[in-house]
Amino acid sequence: MKENTLVLNKDERLGDGEVSCAEPVPSSSTIAAIVTSLGGPPGAVGIVRLSGPSAVSIAGEVFRPMSRKRRKGVRWWPNSHVVEYGEVLDSHGNVIDEVLVVPMLAPKSYTREDVIELQCHGSEVCLRRVLRACLDAGARLAEPDEFTIRAFLNGRLDLSQAENVGKLVTSKSMAAADAALADYRGSSIVMGGFSFMVKSLRAQCIELLTEIEARLDFDDEMPPLDINLVTDRIHKMLQEVDGALETANYDKLLQSGVQIAIVGRPNVGKSSLLNAWSKRSEAVAMGADVIVMTVSAAEGWTSEDDRLLERIHSNKIATSSTSPVVLVVNKIDFASSCAWVDTLSRSFRKYVFTCAVTGKGISNLESAVVELVGLNKIPAGGRKWTVNQRQCEQLVRAREAFVRLQASIEEEIPLDFWTIDLREAAMALAQISGEDISEEVLSNIFGKFCIGK
Amino acid sequence: MNFSKLLQISMAATLSLHLNRFASLCPPYSPLFFLNRSLTCSISLPSHNTRAISSPTRRNPPRSFCVSASASQESNNHRGGSDEIYEVIVVGGGHAGCEAALASARLGAKTLLLTLNIDRIAWQPCNPAVGGPAKSQLVHEVDALGGEMGKVADRCYLQKRILNLSKGPAVRALRAQTDKREYAFEMKKIVESAPHLSIREAMVTDVLVGKNDSVEGVQTFFGMKFYAPSVVLTTGTFMSGKIWVGRTSMPAGRAGESASHGLTENLQKLGFETDRLKTGTPARVDSRTVDFSGMEPQHGDEEVGWFSFDPDYHIEREQMCCYLTRTTKETHQLIKDNLHETPTYGGWVEAKGPRYCPSIEDKIVRFQDKESHQIFLEPEGRTVPELYVQGFSTGLPERLQLPLLRTLPGLENCSMLRPAYAVEYDYLPAHQCFRSLMTKKIEGLFFSGQINGTTGYEEAAAQGIISGINAARHSDGKSLIVLERESSYIGTLIDDLVTKDLREPYRVLTSRSEHRLLLRSDNADSRLTPLGRDIGLIDDVRWKIYQDKQARILEEKNRLKTVRISGGDLAVEVAEVSSQPVKESSTLESLLKKPHVQYKLFDKHGYGNALLSRMEKECVEIDIKYEGFIIRQQTQLRQMAQQQHSRLPEDLDYFDMTTLSHEAREKLSKVRPQTIGQASRVGGVSPADITALLIILESNRRKAKERTQHQIITSTLAGENQEMSETSRNQTIRS
Repeated sequence: MKENTLVLNKDERLGDGEVSCAEPVPSSSTIAAIVTSLGGPPGAVGIVRLSGPSAVSIAGEVFRPMSRKRRKGVRWWPNSHVVEYGEVLDSHGNVIDEVLVVPMLAPKSYTREDVIELQCHGSEVCLRRVLRACLDAGARLAEPDEFTIRAFLNGRLDLSQAENVGKLVTSKSMAAADAALADYRGSSIVMGGFSFMVKSLRAQCIELLTEIEARLDFDDEMPPLDINLVTDRIHKMLQEVDGALETANYDKLLQSGVQIAIVGRPNVGKSSLLNAWSKRSEAVAMGADVIVMTVSAAEGWTSEDDRLLERIHSNKIATSSTSPVVLVVNKIDFASSCAWVDTLSRSFRKYVFTCAVTGKGISNLESAVVELVGLNKIPAGGRKWTVNQRQCEQLVRAREAFVRLQASIEEEIPLDFWTIDLREAAMALAQISGEDISEEVLSNIFGKFCIGK
Repeated sequence: MNFSKLLQISMAATLSLHLNRFASLCPPYSPLFFLNRSLTCSISLPSHNTRAISSPTRRNPPRSFCVSASASQESNNHRGGSDEIYEVIVVGGGHAGCEAALASARLGAKTLLLTLNIDRIAWQPCNPAVGGPAKSQLVHEVDALGGEMGKVADRCYLQKRILNLSKGPAVRALRAQTDKREYAFEMKKIVESAPHLSIREAMVTDVLVGKNDSVEGVQTFFGMKFYAPSVVLTTGTFMSGKIWVGRTSMPAGRAGESASHGLTENLQKLGFETDRLKTGTPARVDSRTVDFSGMEPQHGDEEVGWFSFDPDYHIEREQMCCYLTRTTKETHQLIKDNLHETPTYGGWVEAKGPRYCPSIEDKIVRFQDKESHQIFLEPEGRTVPELYVQGFSTGLPERLQLPLLRTLPGLENCSMLRPAYAVEYDYLPAHQCFRSLMTKKIEGLFFSGQINGTTGYEEAAAQGIISGINAARHSDGKSLIVLERESSYIGTLIDDLVTKDLREPYRVLTSRSEHRLLLRSDNADSRLTPLGRDIGLIDDVRWKIYQDKQARILEEKNRLKTVRISGGDLAVEVAEVSSQPVKESSTLESLLKKPHVQYKLFDKHGYGNALLSRMEKECVEIDIKYEGFIIRQQTQLRQMAQQQHSRLPEDLDYFDMTTLSHEAREKLSKVRPQTIGQASRVGGVSPADITALLIILESNRRKAKERTQHQIITSTLAGENQEMSETSRNQTIRS
């Protein structure tokens, strides 16, 4: 029997709407992941890999080559298999890390798609930040072993490896089942936590969809929709997602720590300050969350300090960094008066007096830093969950949908358009992308409303 | 397609032609005929083209009609009963049957419509209405493909309303109240006068199946056999139908019409799975006994919308009014007191009814806190006093029905013309069909309408036109046509039917379509009419109308892009309506994109285009106003489609695939999806299963590739040997 699938959406009025079904392309999304091992002691180099049709454009967004730094607005187009040196920027334009980029364009790559590898500093902090930047720029976090699966599907691996890939997928689905079970148990015991919040948000989306879609099909049988109520609920959901994302941000800081650069002239007590703080410093100055400039109280503000401050500022402007600068006046025990500090208040967000040797003022410094990176907004004990990168990505997707939804409401775009973004948000929150929510909405409609003739 | 299948199709295809020629010599399927058939095959193989050339009927339907008609008449003179042989047989004359028979006959296939009662062709046994949310999209789509339903509804309406007007262009829906008798009469006239189409009253009891599991025709209760290589079954509620009023039941397809018996058992013998569904219809009351003074009247729209894209059918007529009343405390009490008398709560009917069409007792039991339910009174025609009591279907015994009706305000003194009843019938879960609506088991056998588990005239018509097209194409040896899910509501409907395990009557709903913004009423023609033209259902006149319309829309969109205004009344009003500032030298396009600005405003200020019809202006407005959203959905669709539409081989053994979950193996074996996208929509199949499936397919593909490479190498080697031996032979001869 022969069948001709003649029509896809070919709408003459839309012009070029035809989609060719000639070559089955197994994937159209671009994925990213850290491909070097994490968890152990940091290696010298770690790799973030991008693969997919938009790998080059995503890399182009996060990567700024050193050689062509000043040619702004020119689209980055790499030569395959030619290494380039440059910086990775986050979505705000802050420099995160300096990297080597290894472009391997299709089909000469592991997955036979465009692959870009970003070789970063080996610390987990750097790697996670670079990955986050890639996700923000439109990549999707790779599923476990997705690179290998793609490599196989695109004809890269040989047949003998196929079986292993198959096993890999099975074990993955088993792991997923385990995880689902764990999650189920978790949610029934602790009625709180991240997954509960996401589930409740998703339920709210579906309830709103139900309200709206029931009225599309059964308009004359239902009371009119209270638009204000719907609008309020959408605003509330957006706030909740924002709250969760803030938590996610806090979580990220917890997982990767806060990067602090301690700068100062020789002998002002940087190393003793570090010791007193007794925290491991990654000390990548240009990507720091907070810059701590240390001066000696005994010597007061010197002209050398002036030059240093100037350099910090010019550096910040060059990298368009917004990291706050804190002044630490160390060796406070040796000084009688520090009135000169007041004259510098414009240059620093905060100042703290410490004596690194005795540990005096260290807790003040800590709370100053905590306040500056925004951690104080989350009440202690109010946070009962941890958010991983994958969940965070879903939240970002849901948030974007809510933001578009709000725009639609503001512009008074008809009700049906709201469902597009609500559906998107619900799907993002469903965590398993592509989960069919239409049946759920339908059952809800029939369960909740008395409709039908 | 493998070779034997190819052979089989071309054999089936050659059948009718040679039958006409040899009819007087050989009765069908006699040994002589088989001889003849195999002879023909050896001559005409291997291509379908041979057949297409030898059959002028298909190349040029109108002209060749005379040829084939005269030919069959000639054979009629020689021997009666040769008209038992057709190219397509449609069983059932409801909304699916009519569209199927018309589509098939219009494609030039000699078609026979078998129905239990010719006077009931295109009958509307339930509500006197066509269209509504999602359903109206179906009607527009059927019309865009060259179907009939929209035209007849446009001709026979009693009232028309556009629903969801302010809720967005994708959900705008046209609903017509129709004159039931007039509708059936008009459709019957069209069916009766269609060339190539014969009608016969008959009860089909069996499907005749030949070798290789392909259909050969049908057998009727009175022992007649009708032959055709394609058969479409549209049995509606008639297959082993049984109607219920209270506890009393009788075999019937509808009140007063006998059911059809025997077909279910014979289909089961062929290996089909059957199941039972239930639906119901409310009572009809005499409008002369109803007091409308206290009811809320529901008038039709002043500006009438149309289902058909053919302006020749846009003829306005006087509209009638519908009325709204409500259930009262007494209604609810009466039902609560007598629940044990209803089939569902009394527990003597098990078949599942539709959730979206609940009986009044269901509504009252499930929504205890709702004090009152809306009841609509709809006229069934201009010349009859019957009123359809919408929202009031019930399984209560007849003696309680009139007292129940009389609890409704305005109906205190009403008289009941027909009691409400429920009907149970057999259906065949549609996972047994391909998306072409041909069954997977029997080649050439198609199912459409309620037999596939749907409800609704529109759903039936939508399936009917597809199966009619494909039945004719199958008889002609052409490839079958499938509408992708993303192309239309018809495609969505069929995809749902064949992939989801549905156990209640299926009704199309707007929320079933993921990409409904692209599947609107206004663009049904630009989506589907080119296809209708390719298939052969859109004639030159209609095609010209279509092309002119598209050209006007395109031209107008270009005009709006280029015409700029600076200040003036229009700018002032646009600023006022949209609460947004209007820049100097704005294009009309940019104005139209602003909130609340409609094309009407251009007309008002003299910037409109008088050459465009109201519908065309609406098209322009939608294209421009919602461009951003439409493009976004279009992009999403394109990304998804590449993977979704890649096809699955037909011979996959899912039970063998140990990397799939057990549930996925079972469900996929049952549904046997045709594409990856379909597979992913089968219930119980997870994304991980789909990945595993992709991997298996890729492995298989490579294994097959290796094999062919191997074969090529061996055959090349063998060829070289042969060549060598031939050379040596030649040499021998020469020497």
